[in-house]
Amino acid sequence: MIIARILGTVVATQKDERLSGKKLLIVRPINVDGTDTTGYVVAVDTVGAGFHERVLVVAGSSARLAQGMKDAPVDAAIVGVIDAVEVNGN
Amino acid sequence: MLTTSQTEVCATFMQLARVIGTVVATVKNESLHGRKLMIVQTLDRHLNESGKPMVAIDSVGAGVGELVFWCRGKEASFPFKREDTPTDCTIIGIVDSEDHVLNT
Repeated sequence: MIIARILGTVVATQKDERLSGKKLLIVRPINVDGTDTTGYVVAVDTVGAGFHERVLVVAGSSARLAQGMKDAPVDAAIVGVIDAVEVNGN
Repeated sequence: MLTTSQTEVCATFMQLARVIGTVVATVKNESLHGRKLMIVQTLDRHLNESGKPMVAIDSVGAGVGELVFWCRGKEASFPFKREDTPTDCTIIGIVDSEDHVLNT
């Protein structure tokens, strides 16, 4: 899993019916110290995360295992909202 | 004995890492409730840092500072209820002694 920050939303009316009702967010992977990396990922939100929050993103086929994602064509899912990260005691 | 390319292929799937921290997340997908989230720094076979740290679910009770091995991909959900645990990165073992790590 990676840590990412929510940058924005994606609106898509025409989509696979198994994605109906799912919220699509644009996230940017970040380092453990909170600094940004480059690039972005479109991920399906399963927890109700908000703009600029730090979240946990699962990628690959494991994203389909998140609750509510069964059989959905998804390869990136937001599965948690991060409260705190502790690395080497900091 | 594995060739260099075979070693590299194996390293893609199951790797050594050092546990360097923890992640706290109260709001989680229901299927992750009760799971411990750790930050692991991946290591090469000489135990030098290589690549970026990742967040992994712990299935064995590892602690910060320990040398562990972990797997990526869908197989990462196999230690748990495999159809219900959304993880692509799981700690699956604690290395007893660093002396036994291949160091050639």
